[in-house]
Amino acid sequence: MLLPIKWLKDYVKVDLDTKMIADGLTLSGSHVESIIGLNKGIDNVVVGKILSIEKHPNADKLLVCKVDIGSETLQIVTGATNLKEGDYVPVAKIGAKLPGGIDIQKTNFRGIDSYGMLCSLKELGYEDSVISKEMRDGIFVLDKEYPLGTSIVEILGLDDEVIEFEITPNRPDCLSIIGMARETSATFNIPLEEPEIRINNEVDSIENYLNGIEAPSENCNRYYARVIKDVKIEPSPLWMQIRLMEAGVRPINNIVDITNFVMLEYGEPLHAFDLETVAGRKIIVRQAEEGEKIVTLDGVERELTSADLVIADTEKAIGIAGVMGGFNTEITDSTRYVLLEGANFDSKSIRLTSKRLGLRTEASTRFEKGIDPNLCHLAVDRVCQLIEEINAGVVVKGSMDVYKNPRKEESISLRPSRVRKILGVELSEDEMVEYLNRLDIKSEIEDNIIKSKIPTYRLDIESEIDLVEEIGRLYGFHNIESKPLMGALTRGEKPYDKKIEELAKGILQAMGLNEAMTYSFISPRAYDKIKVTEDSPLRKVIKLLNPLGEDYSVMRTTLLPNMLELLSRNYNRGVEECYVYEIGNIFIPKELPLKELPEERKVLSIGFYGKEDFYFLKEVVNTLLESLGIKDVEYIREENNPSFHPGRTAIVLVDGKNIGILGEIHIDVLENYEMKKRAYVAQIDFHELVKLANLERKYKPLPKYPAVLRDLALVVKEDILVGDIEKIISKHGGGLIENIELFDIYRGDPIPEGMKSVAFSIIFRSHDRTLRDEEINEILEAIIKDLEVTFDAKLRA
Amino acid sequence: MENMKDIMKGRLLEIKDEALKTIKEARTLEEFEQLRVKFLGKKGELTKVLRDMGKLAPEDRPIVGQIANEIRDELEETISSEKERLNNELKLAKLNKEKIDITITSKKKKVGHRHPLIATIEELEDLFISMGFSVVSGPEIETVENNFDALNSPENHPSRDMSDTFYITEDILLRTHTSPVQIRAMKEMGAPLRIVSAGRTFRFDDVDDTHSPMFHQLEGLVVDENISMANLIHTLDIFIKELFGPDMKTRFRPHHFPFTEPSAEVDVSCFKCRGKGCEACNFTGWSMELLGCGMVHPKVLEYCGIDSEKYSGFAFGMGIDRITMVKYGINDIRLFFENDNRFLEQF
Repeated sequence: MLLPIKWLKDYVKVDLDTKMIADGLTLSGSHVESIIGLNKGIDNVVVGKILSIEKHPNADKLLVCKVDIGSETLQIVTGATNLKEGDYVPVAKIGAKLPGGIDIQKTNFRGIDSYGMLCSLKELGYEDSVISKEMRDGIFVLDKEYPLGTSIVEILGLDDEVIEFEITPNRPDCLSIIGMARETSATFNIPLEEPEIRINNEVDSIENYLNGIEAPSENCNRYYARVIKDVKIEPSPLWMQIRLMEAGVRPINNIVDITNFVMLEYGEPLHAFDLETVAGRKIIVRQAEEGEKIVTLDGVERELTSADLVIADTEKAIGIAGVMGGFNTEITDSTRYVLLEGANFDSKSIRLTSKRLGLRTEASTRFEKGIDPNLCHLAVDRVCQLIEEINAGVVVKGSMDVYKNPRKEESISLRPSRVRKILGVELSEDEMVEYLNRLDIKSEIEDNIIKSKIPTYRLDIESEIDLVEEIGRLYGFHNIESKPLMGALTRGEKPYDKKIEELAKGILQAMGLNEAMTYSFISPRAYDKIKVTEDSPLRKVIKLLNPLGEDYSVMRTTLLPNMLELLSRNYNRGVEECYVYEIGNIFIPKELPLKELPEERKVLSIGFYGKEDFYFLKEVVNTLLESLGIKDVEYIREENNPSFHPGRTAIVLVDGKNIGILGEIHIDVLENYEMKKRAYVAQIDFHELVKLANLERKYKPLPKYPAVLRDLALVVKEDILVGDIEKIISKHGGGLIENIELFDIYRGDPIPEGMKSVAFSIIFRSHDRTLRDEEINEILEAIIKDLEVTFDAKLRA
Repeated sequence: MENMKDIMKGRLLEIKDEALKTIKEARTLEEFEQLRVKFLGKKGELTKVLRDMGKLAPEDRPIVGQIANEIRDELEETISSEKERLNNELKLAKLNKEKIDITITSKKKKVGHRHPLIATIEELEDLFISMGFSVVSGPEIETVENNFDALNSPENHPSRDMSDTFYITEDILLRTHTSPVQIRAMKEMGAPLRIVSAGRTFRFDDVDDTHSPMFHQLEGLVVDENISMANLIHTLDIFIKELFGPDMKTRFRPHHFPFTEPSAEVDVSCFKCRGKGCEACNFTGWSMELLGCGMVHPKVLEYCGIDSEKYSGFAFGMGIDRITMVKYGINDIRLFFENDNRFLEQF
């Protein structure tokens, strides 16, 4: 919403600079986006009168003009074709500056000196979008005589500013100059002066021109119409064109400009039809036929559906209600009779039509936010007044009005105690009433209760709390003295699962893993890339109805694709190594399509590529489980997960329950992700980890007796697992083995092919005595014997 | 007999002179040990001489004995002091030899880094915990009811459109803000209540420098008897000063949200110029719209079964992504979700 300050001051005499107006309005709740200066860099451009125009002797397309600027007469060469002798035009003298940093100098055009430049509106800094068709290609010709040498900045009112506001959706009434004037009036406590609407001369009778209005559609609450006759289509006066251009609207002709002017002024979109083109001279507001076609003002043919509301005559649609008028009934230079429409349409209907057609107009953006239906006649009558004022036509007496549900002023009771309680400020009742009255919410105190009458344009005020806000914002939130929170609740807590999560993260970071974060939605093709089977439950995904694209279209049921994508991205960007983890949700539907919310389950995803291998991954997982106090952990080989290397993958069991998988990524999957380095990934059910975690710790007395260390080196067949050997060692320990550590695996000479040497360090210790060599030897013998029998192991010499 | 005494005396003095001379010449710890054995050991020269003590007259024995003891003491002391001197020299030599280049940096053990967004969330949560708030969480997939209806969002509000919100079914969507957690908390726990909740939120936004279809919010809610705007302003003032420093100013601007009334947006001093006015803040001195907040709308309280006459409350919400970007000077939101290792390692 653009608010030209000079226009604002027509209705409220606020004697402050623009910055102060903007600051004040900001603090009372109007959000200022920016302050725009109208002068984009003009200096020394003045009004001149063209005395003569001659052909350039050496150039067909150039003209040589003599221009009187009061103090002197200048010879200026121009290429413009829209000039005639006697025109008043902007002249940039030598030394003048134009927007875009242009400096005007004496120039020689094919042997003729030019002492300045005649300017178009574009050259004066106006956007193409607000320059009228006539002015687009030529020099800006002023509408009448002005004192020669007057600064063009003064004539065009460019020594002013425009404030751009972002209007919140609850305040459509502020999408108008008068609406903002009302806010300004309330904010600075200066009276609002609304235009007095008076038409001096009304002739004839509307019934002679219009055969009636029917509004069968529910989506039209009001249709108010008046007729203008003896219309003379011309450009509108310069002052009006300037106002429109400052507010971002392109001038067209006097009738259309006036309807746009009043729309900006009151916030009520209006439309003018060429009455002679309306078949049957009758207006019917109805739903469109399915497939009905209409060519709109912009010359585009549009196909409608029965959800669209149209303005029709007895034969056809002549406008898409609240969005855009029809091409066939538009005002043209030959229009003699004008039908003015001030209507009120259902905001949802307008919004849907505008959206479906991809057609957003000044009218539709206002209608879709909601408008007070009581503005219809005010605005149309104001148009009539202006038409009369600028002599664009003669107003026909009478109006036609279909108004189904008139909007009435509501009364709301407000308890002063409530205001004080919610705002936390000790305001007096008189102060409250004063703030409300400043906003034109007529209020008075009756039996300690404030009774307020809500103006019908305030669509946002429905209940007491809304009035509390009005008082609060005029008092100023910045003026509220802050007060500390009191109350019984003073202790804040973190839920247990969050504590476990933070603990786990600390451990993972200590192990050198960076924390990552990826999107909750993935591409369904990811499931092919990680090679899961067609019938895998992982493919039971929740799909978005309106994804941004296939890549973000399903809610993930595994974090594996995100992890692989992340590793691949790093790899392909030349990052040498990458160690990361993510804790994030997977989404498991109970049924598809969703009838109720799915289960959201936290998963820990660990992944890396670099110098480390499977054993580091296992170490990370194992360290994490240990630190969380999770016991009875077992790793069993997993050969059948299609995403993972069949020989380098394990399932993590806790108490026999599968809580996750860890391993090297399958070579096919690596290829799918364009990775040429081995990658390792673990996926752990974090929800289970939280359940299993045990943070209780009990002190065990420090050992009093010395430990005995023995090494044991065995030669076994290649396929014997270290874990199985360790199990046998433990079995014979009789509670005396404190630790078993694998310290070497060796293959090669002199170990025979197909065999390997595995060496363990075993620490023995008793808590109640010093161990004797003999008892340790006995244990070792038992271990060796068992290993010989079970695995055909040989003690290595 | 007289002679014997003098002979022994002479012999002892000879041993002493010889011993002192050789001790001075010794250069290794082993040599010292050998000298000790040679002169003072069980079979050493001093002992050898003393074996002849029996040949002395009884009255001479103490005299010779005393001389022998004195010599033994002197020799022992000399050996040990010379040995210590040598020991010190050797240690010094060893330390000198072991000098290393301390400018070398090893990079073998790496420590992991927090994701900056999550680090910010946890920092904020901890801050609010210290102010008596409890941390709660809610699902990413929500009902339309919790996300819009219960929050007093008008039925035809544009934010409900498919061009703004990701839908799964007509009634189920990806939450567009963390506010539905308020509804859950009020319904489950009732009043009084003091909670914060942070998490992932989703809006139909194409990816660019400042937009991402997934982003993060932190939401706070206080419901109790006699909660007012004045409490809201106090709480957020403290929070912003804690987060950005005590010189940060806040400005509460009236605004509109369907679920709070009155509603406000909070601006804070420009992060760049700290309020003086610069290019970054359009010379206003303010960084805009850091937070949205307001008094919980009575309709929302009632919807959650809380008596809006007895209780009032305030709520606030903020975009974590933007706060984190400001805090670390990050200029592209995509960096958060790309997880480039070289980015992650900076925090």
